[in-house]
Amino acid sequence: MNDFTTWDILRNLLLAARWTVLLSIVSFVGGSLVGVALLFARIGKGRLGPAFAKTYIELFQGTPLLMQLFLAFFGLGLFGIDVPAWLAAAVALILWTAAFLAEIWRGCVESVAKGQWEASSSLGMGYLQQMRWVILPQALRVAVPPTVGFSVQVVKGTALTSIIGFVELSKAGTMVTNATFEPFTVYGFVALIYFCLCWPLSKSSQILERKLNVAHRNH
Amino acid sequence: MSLIEITEVKKRFGDNEVLKGINIDVEPGEVIAIIGKSGSGKSTLLRCINGLETIDDGSISVAGAQLLPDELHLKALRLKVGMIFQGFNLFPHLTAGRNVMLSQMVVKKTPKAEAEVMAKKMLERVGLGHKFDAYPDQLSGGQQQRVAIARALAMQPIALLCDEITSALDPELVNEVLAVVKELASEGMTLLMVTHEMRFARDVCSRVVFMHQGRVHEIGPPEEVFANPKTPELKQFLGVTH
Repeated sequence: MNDFTTWDILRNLLLAARWTVLLSIVSFVGGSLVGVALLFARIGKGRLGPAFAKTYIELFQGTPLLMQLFLAFFGLGLFGIDVPAWLAAAVALILWTAAFLAEIWRGCVESVAKGQWEASSSLGMGYLQQMRWVILPQALRVAVPPTVGFSVQVVKGTALTSIIGFVELSKAGTMVTNATFEPFTVYGFVALIYFCLCWPLSKSSQILERKLNVAHRNH
Repeated sequence: MSLIEITEVKKRFGDNEVLKGINIDVEPGEVIAIIGKSGSGKSTLLRCINGLETIDDGSISVAGAQLLPDELHLKALRLKVGMIFQGFNLFPHLTAGRNVMLSQMVVKKTPKAEAEVMAKKMLERVGLGHKFDAYPDQLSGGQQQRVAIARALAMQPIALLCDEITSALDPELVNEVLAVVKELASEGMTLLMVTHEMRFARDVCSRVVFMHQGRVHEIGPPEEVFANPKTPELKQFLGVTH
């Protein structure tokens, strides 16, 4: 009765992997935008901004991504709002990514020496000018490797969205297994595809780290 | 009217009162050395004049304008008063020339070509015209500090604050920086410098301020302060034993 070829399995998984890639990109880009806003709130001078951003970051870092997905998917449903799985998945992943990126970037901004703030202040620059011309260009160099490194976490995080019924690579793996009864082959392929997505990212993070360090020393 | 008027300035960090009522008036063209033990409040005083620290009491005015802690007033003040730091604080991601150009373009909105001409001129003035395209980490400490001076000068301040600007330098590099400062002094720039270079203070400065425990303990022309210290604290600081 088993008339699925290996190619059938792989082909279906690869088709589903497109959604994993798309969801990863959406989460990462959306998370970056929200993350920048959070970053500015977090390191700003006011009282409300930093308090809000800090609470936000602590909440999202202190709860499992799976719970956040459940809350986005089922929570809104309680209020009679029908949330499709893809929307819940994207929103939860964007908010989750933003929390982590904001915290990574805060560390990078704070790693810029205090003297840089003082020197630019004493030259008459305002806060935004200091940020734009002095602080962020230096923080950016520090930020690139950990940011690329974190994108690996985002790719792997998308696997959890299978639980709320979004059909990406992991969910497709389950579905194909149910049809073929070959879990080892199927999940082996699933793992391999994840690895092919993540490994280049990890590797490029390492290469960037080395490159930017060298660039920093010799320009 | 004095150029810089410091009146009854007090500053505390928590329970620690660092400045306990400072009064100094600086005339245009004066070169003032502030000396004293570490912890006597001399760097804090300098940082207060530039608004890097807020004062708790008293007043500071520069060329008639009061120092107020909002961004608009601070910016106006900082356009008049430049500051040079012990650690140079050049922007490491920009070349020497760009370091000097940046604040002109960003703060004063000077067109790029004009800022570049000014930067070249100022780097020439500190003897580093040929280092326009060098990055800070390709320069020696003394050269970096001279770029920092050029950067401050490019904003055309009426006074410069120098916070131990030779303390982080190797001994053989101290003189090249002091030579630039001496040159500025002879051109009539108003200078307030915290320094440990006693010989320089004696040779170049018009007045010496000795600070002790947050107060101006002695003040006067260098011949007087160095040759004839009145208080036991200054005598001890100068290593004079009578």
